[in-house]
This record gives sequence, C-alpha cells and structure tokens, in this order.
Amino acid sequence: MHEETEITSLPDRSIELPEPVAKFIEEWKDKPGNLIMVLHKVQEHYGYVPRDVAFEVAARLRVPLAKIYGVITFYHFFKLRKPGRHQIAVCMGTACYLKGGEDLIKELETILGIGLNQTTPDGEFSLEAVRCIGCCGLAPVLTVDGQVYGRLTKDQLADIVARHRGA
Amino acid sequence: MAYTQFVLVCAGTACDSCHSRAMYERLVEGVRAHGLADRVQVVRTGCFGFCAQGPVVKVLPDESFYVKVQPTDADEIVAEHLVKGRPVRRLLYSGPAPAAAVTDIPFYQKQLRIVLRNCGLIDPENVHEYIARDGYAALARVLTEMTPEDVIEELRRSGLRGRGGAGYPTWKKWSFTKAVEADTKYIICNADEGDPGAYMDRSTLEGDPHSILEAMAIAGYAVGAHQGYIYVRAEYPLAIHRLDIAIRQARELGLLGRDILGRGFDFDIEIRLGAGAFVCGEETALIASIEGKRGMPVPRPPYPAVRGLWGRPTVINNVETLANVPVIILKGGDWFASIGTETSKGTKVFALTGKVNNSGLIEVPMGITLREIIFDIGGGIKGGKRFKAVQTGGPSGGLIPEQFLDTPIDYESLAKLGSIMGSGGMIVMDEDDCIVDVNKFYLEFTVDESCGKCAPCRIGGRTMYNLLTKIAEGRGTVADIEQIQTVATAMQKASLCGLGQTAPNPVLSGLRYFGDEYRVHIKERRCPAGRCRALVTYTILPDKCIGCTLCARRCPVNCISGERRKPHIIDLTRCIKCGECFQVCKFGAVQRS
Repeated sequence: MHEETEITSLPDRSIELPEPVAKFIEEWKDKPGNLIMVLHKVQEHYGYVPRDVAFEVAARLRVPLAKIYGVITFYHFFKLRKPGRHQIAVCMGTACYLKGGEDLIKELETILGIGLNQTTPDGEFSLEAVRCIGCCGLAPVLTVDGQVYGRLTKDQLADIVARHRGA
Repeated sequence: MAYTQFVLVCAGTACDSCHSRAMYERLVEGVRAHGLADRVQVVRTGCFGFCAQGPVVKVLPDESFYVKVQPTDADEIVAEHLVKGRPVRRLLYSGPAPAAAVTDIPFYQKQLRIVLRNCGLIDPENVHEYIARDGYAALARVLTEMTPEDVIEELRRSGLRGRGGAGYPTWKKWSFTKAVEADTKYIICNADEGDPGAYMDRSTLEGDPHSILEAMAIAGYAVGAHQGYIYVRAEYPLAIHRLDIAIRQARELGLLGRDILGRGFDFDIEIRLGAGAFVCGEETALIASIEGKRGMPVPRPPYPAVRGLWGRPTVINNVETLANVPVIILKGGDWFASIGTETSKGTKVFALTGKVNNSGLIEVPMGITLREIIFDIGGGIKGGKRFKAVQTGGPSGGLIPEQFLDTPIDYESLAKLGSIMGSGGMIVMDEDDCIVDVNKFYLEFTVDESCGKCAPCRIGGRTMYNLLTKIAEGRGTVADIEQIQTVATAMQKASLCGLGQTAPNPVLSGLRYFGDEYRVHIKERRCPAGRCRALVTYTILPDKCIGCTLCARRCPVNCISGERRKPHIIDLTRCIKCGECFQVCKFGAVQRS
C-alpha cells in the first residue's frame, strides 16, 4: 500500500467539483469501500470519468490514482472518454444475439458512420454493445439514453436515430 | 369506502419500455373522469412474467387478462369494462384458444409461484401492500417466537439450496457463519445478475423488493449479523430505485434499523452498485467489489462464511434464494420440502427466451420436464420451426438436445446432462441456430469477462476461442477438437473460480451432442444453419430470378448486377455475405449454401 503522504502531494491539479459530487464524496469519504460508489456518482454527473476529476477524487478519498485507474478499467460500466449526447446501447445478451442483435449494430454503424465504441464527429451519438439489459422477452432490444426499444427490425433504426437527433 | 375492482398494470422493465406508464396514467385519468375513483383502484405492479405479450393489464376480481395494451386502449377498458362490466374482447389474450381469465392461459397453468408470489399483484413501492400479503410476518415470527437455531432448523427441513447456480444448501451456509465467534458479521444479497439472457433477479427486485429486505433481516437474526449489503447491477436502475424506496419505508416503520419491532434486534441494509463485471457474481470477487476494489476472486478456503467482507464472517445469498425464506418461515420447512424432487426442493424461476413463442419469466416446481416448459408454458417454437437445443445455466451451462427434453429437471439431472441449473437463464434454439456459433458466442463472453488473474482461464479461454473461430471460418482440423478437449480439462481443473471452471461447459456439451455439426464445419467446410458467415455463399438461381432489381438496390456493396427483368448475378469476390439479398428476395431466387 502507498503512504498517504504520496497522494496528498499530487501536483496542483485541484479543481472545483460540482456540488452534488462534492457533497456525495463528503458523505462517503469515511465509509469503507466507497470508491466504486463515488465513481458512479462522478459518471452520473459527467457521463464519464474525466481525468482531472479522477485526480481530485484521488486526493479527496486519499487513494492512489493508480488504484482508481485500475478500478475504472476493470469494470465495463465506467468510461474514460466522453460519450455522445445520445448514447445508443445495443443489447448483445444471448436472446438478442440469437434474434439478430448483430444486424442492428451493423445497420447502426452504417446509419451513423461510426464503429462500435465510437462517437459521431458532431458529438451527437455514441454507439456501444452491452450485456443483457434484462428485456429478453422483447429481443432484440437497444436503448437510447436508457429508453428501451424492443422487438426491433433494422428498418426501424433510421427512424429511432432521427427521433433523438437534436432532441 | 372499499375498492371492488382492481386494475393491475405491469410496470416491469419490459412493459415499461412499451409505454405502460402512459397507459397507466390514462387509466387513472379515465377512472377519475368516470367518477369511479372510490371503487376502482389502479395499481402499478411488478412483472407478470408474460413479457412477450406486454404491456399486460389484469383486472380483478374477474381475472381478465389484457395484452399488448396501448395508451389509446385505456379509455375503452375504462368505458367498457369498468363502467359497463363488459370485458374488451379484442384486447384479451387469445393464444391457441381465447382465454377470458388468467387461469385459462396455458402460460400460467403449469406455474407455481412462491418466489414471484407478489410480482404482478402488489405495488412494489408501497410497503403496506406487501404487509397485507403477510409481508414482514415471517420476520415478526422469527423475532418473537424463534431462536436463531430454530430458524436454521426450519431452513434445513425445507431443503432450500442456493439459486445462484451451485445449489449449496442454504442452511449450511448460515450455520457456518453462525458458528464463527465474531463481533461483526455481514449478510450480502447477490443481485449481480450477469448471465446474458436472464432477468429473474431483476424482476423479483422490481416487483417485490421488501421480500428481500425481510429475508436479509431474518438471515441477520439467524447468524448474528447487524448489517446487510445488496450488491446490485448498475444496469438495473428501476430495481435500484425500488430497493431504495423499500429500504426507506422499512426504516420508517421500524422494520429495519435499531430495535426492530421492539425486540432488541438491530439490522440495517445498504445498497452497493456493481459496475458491469460478470466475475463479480463469484462470491469472493463480489466481496472485493463491495470493498471498492477490482473484482478479482481469491482462493477458497477460507470461505466467506468464515472470512468474508472486510475479513468478517459473511453470508452471501442470491436474490431468488432469499425470496424463498419468508415463505418457508411462515408455511414451514416441511411444506416447502413437499414440492420438488428428492434432492431439489421448491420451485425455480427461469427466464425463458430465445426462439420460443411465449418468452417471459416463469416459476415452476422442480422436477418439471423441459418439454413441459418449452412446449406447454412456452407454447413451442416460433414460426413452427424445429427445436434444436436449449441452454440452461448461461455461459456456465450447456446445451441440452431434443432426446433429453423429458428429463425432470433438478440440480443433479441437469449436471448429469453436462449443463447446470445456473441462475435460471433458459435459451431455446431452433434449426436456424448454429451450435458452433452459439458456443463461440458464450466463449467470447467468458473470455471478455475473465478477470485475468489465473492463467488457465485467461489463456485457456482465449486459446479455445481461437480454435472455435478457426472452425467457424472453415479452417478447422480434427486435431483442433482434441485440443479443445485438452484445454477444457485444464480449465475445469485448474481455474481459480467458477467462471473459468465452467467456461468450457457450453463447448463440451456442443461437442457431446452436436459433434456431427462440428464435423460438417471441419470436413465439408459447411455451416448447415447458415450462421457462420465465412462458410456461406449466396448465389442467385437464374430460373427463379425475375430481375426485379430489389436485391441489387439493397446490396450495401453494390456487388449484384444485371439488367431489369433478366436474372441477376452476385460478384462473389466482392460479396460481404451480409445476407441482405437473401432476406429481401420475394421469389426465393437467392440461395444460401
């Protein structure tokens, strides 16, 4: 384990955290095992974990930055890069896979002109494949900003994208 | 004032995504507008299970079962059914035969609901509805009439085994932890449902969150713990939201917190979020994750029952296991043990999905056959296709072919077939699914989810995946099969945790029951189901093609040419085998071979 002094002597990167995040860290600071909960809060606010915020979290929680990086990269849920304004997540659980989840991804790649885990140049959409979201009865499904679309065929995708564009 | 009619609207995730909330609001509005508000109650409930037919609405007391109800249908239900007492026929479920009431629907006839007893019946956001269904009565009985030993004895008699996969007797876990002397112990509810294609726990948490809180408090009393954690996937926002509400309500009523029911017993619960790592379903990895670390397993023993969270004795039970506990306390272990088979008692919840007509969430007594589940409850295979296999246990389980459909299912019989009970995913496959492709899908999953700590899983999984890719691309040899078997044995024996030990199961069952299909891929370089892209060629049959040009217009790489009204031709050197032409041709002129 690193000594605490090493962490507090981080370079002057200290930034102002938005109030809900700062408050949350304050509440959880002394609870054991708080790191993942704090990272969830950070991502909820920014949509990803920005580098300078990770520095700040390290300082406030007194954990090594390396540990934070280790945790972020271990879990699929945490993102290091800023996603698009609208996040499209295509389910690739088994039921969706069997019912053509892959075709949905291919079609979306064509419509958006980007590959998986990429963001459109205008920052409007990002596309990812996710594990089962538990709507297997509606397979194949995708979500846009958490809203579920089920029983899909690829003809419907252009419409769905258009509906969210600029919204 | 008493309600005489109840309209239950499913608010599970699947129905919610089909506008069930808007429909609910319209129903409430309609009930109010017609002046029925003092005799009709409209309730948002948990999952009914029949997700394929959602959004689902049930009207009590007549048990009318409406399916695929849209917001625009709400007015008609109010005006016709609630005001005039005439069910809206066009919205009633009519499967193989029209059904006026829930009890007539084959999907529900062979089910027995213990775990899902309240799902689809009560408002999960209202603790009083749970209490009205005997909620917290088990906790009250435990605290007033039973010693911790009595509680564990009741569980022993019940024969309840862990529903997370391995099937370890629950009473043993509890008694190990109870036996350890320690000032602090913990109860963890494992709600990190990671099996792709399964959502049993999600529905239980969304539909009946209090049952889990109650069970955790009972477990705390039995083993001497005062703090519980629910480790739930961050991908389940609705479940988290309802758990949060439930915990708050239980605290307000003194059912959690200090001095519960004035009996001097303290117990509280906190939610901890997972972050998308399948391996965290393994108990030591889950503990690491709650501790805020990378979710990597550690060797056992010591078992968590002795040294768990923060080094303290810890009971870890899965959601479904816990949901059984209050019922066992109230109805008795002997009652529970009267359901099921010799070695496996009670019921099991399955997420029945894939190529089956009635996909959804079902709860059946142990000992039911796969055929009854797939053909009676599930209504058979979609589109009249032929059944090929069913996979239980997700990425840790195996494929079960047609000849074993009549096996009564329990922990032992499934293991004998080379699969496992698992957490309850049940994926049905038909003749269009390729076994090599499905095996590859699951391996890709386990390779991706391997935490990388131990070599057998990290390297073995990758090696096996590469071999399968070779076979799927028509580059396989007979020697590859032998090598797969060697690697599989090494992984099973030497992997650190269940993820690596069970990862070879799908492939092994594939080789065992569908060896011929593997051999066709290797020797004839052919994929009979047409799923393995590299092995498929599309050609146009000149005598069937009428030259409508549809395929040429839809081809994404413009590799189809031909004059209007004359047979077209696919340039195979440029074809990317997307299958678009095969799908759009209305004349069966595109051949896949």
